[in-house]
Amino acid sequence: MILAASSATYLATGHTTGAAAQTHGFLSPTGVEIAFLLVGLVTFGAALVTVTTKQLVHAALWLVVTLGGLAVEYLLLTAEFIAWVQVLIYVGSVVVLLLFGLMLTRAPIGRSPDADSGNRWAALAVAVAAAAALVWVVVDAFRTTWIDLDGPAAGSTEATGASLFQNWVLPFEALSVLLLAALVGAIVLSRKAKAESSSPPVNAPATTKSSRTITESSGNAGRSEQEGAR
Amino acid sequence: MHLAYPAVLSALLFCTGLYGVLARRNAILVLMSVELMLNAVNLNLVAFDVWLSRAAEETLHSGQALTLFTIAIAAAEIGIGLAIVLAVHRNRGTADIDKLRDTAERHDSDGPDHDALAAERSDEDQKAEATA
Repeated sequence: MILAASSATYLATGHTTGAAAQTHGFLSPTGVEIAFLLVGLVTFGAALVTVTTKQLVHAALWLVVTLGGLAVEYLLLTAEFIAWVQVLIYVGSVVVLLLFGLMLTRAPIGRSPDADSGNRWAALAVAVAAAAALVWVVVDAFRTTWIDLDGPAAGSTEATGASLFQNWVLPFEALSVLLLAALVGAIVLSRKAKAESSSPPVNAPATTKSSRTITESSGNAGRSEQEGAR
Repeated sequence: MHLAYPAVLSALLFCTGLYGVLARRNAILVLMSVELMLNAVNLNLVAFDVWLSRAAEETLHSGQALTLFTIAIAAAEIGIGLAIVLAVHRNRGTADIDKLRDTAERHDSDGPDHDALAAERSDEDQKAEATA
């Protein structure tokens, strides 16, 4: 309905703003547009299955389809370096990390009925409202805008590398420091809690109180391990 | 290519991720939905960069550089997020974000893990007293 309304407004105002659009043809899509549309439908459908399926491992595998479809969209937009980085990092490592996380948290094989929380209808209303507003605004704003995909690729590895190492060197180096901080943070978070609690507190005033703290905290850790095994 | 195609696809993917973040209960599924939202932003950045690199005289390819930065930050985020989820699962035995309500303001607690939480809270109090 929104698309129809916007196209109606487009036809109404097309005599004034459609001068540049007539060279492209509004209702005669090119081959790249048809391919983009088909891959986009597959991507969006896989994303919908990812957020609605009841089987946790299937959600991760449908996420692979979504991210791979997005890589194909990047290729259609002539951003080939981004496409291969997407395949390498997202499909190659992020999904594998998610599958490891599902495995380590003992995700149930098969359907888990409590995958969705109780407020899913409110979430659906919020998401549909946000989608309607965003699609309406975007279609209305970029109605007469075309991307020129002819000529040399805008996102070839040469162009991306040149801009990245000529204009974006400082953020690039800062990003490496950020990755190091994330690595150290992940290691600190995933250390055993028992090793941390067995070390005495630094500002313990008396030995008796600190020993009581140690016994209590070790008992706490043992109980939490029992809960984890359960 | 009409610019509305990637922009509309990006908006739809973002709202799909928004629904997943709001409606899912498992923390790892919430992380997957966050990845969907980040990918929608990436698609927008790439599409607008390709458009503006043709329209402008001189370009910095800022959209593609920011896309690479977003991908790297997403990789860091998923590592930290999974470490947090695994630590919570090791301490609590669950990864459901509906059950992690320790900091919620409530006076009547009717959850099944009320006793465990209360015992743990008293343990925390005693430990705080002991170390104080």
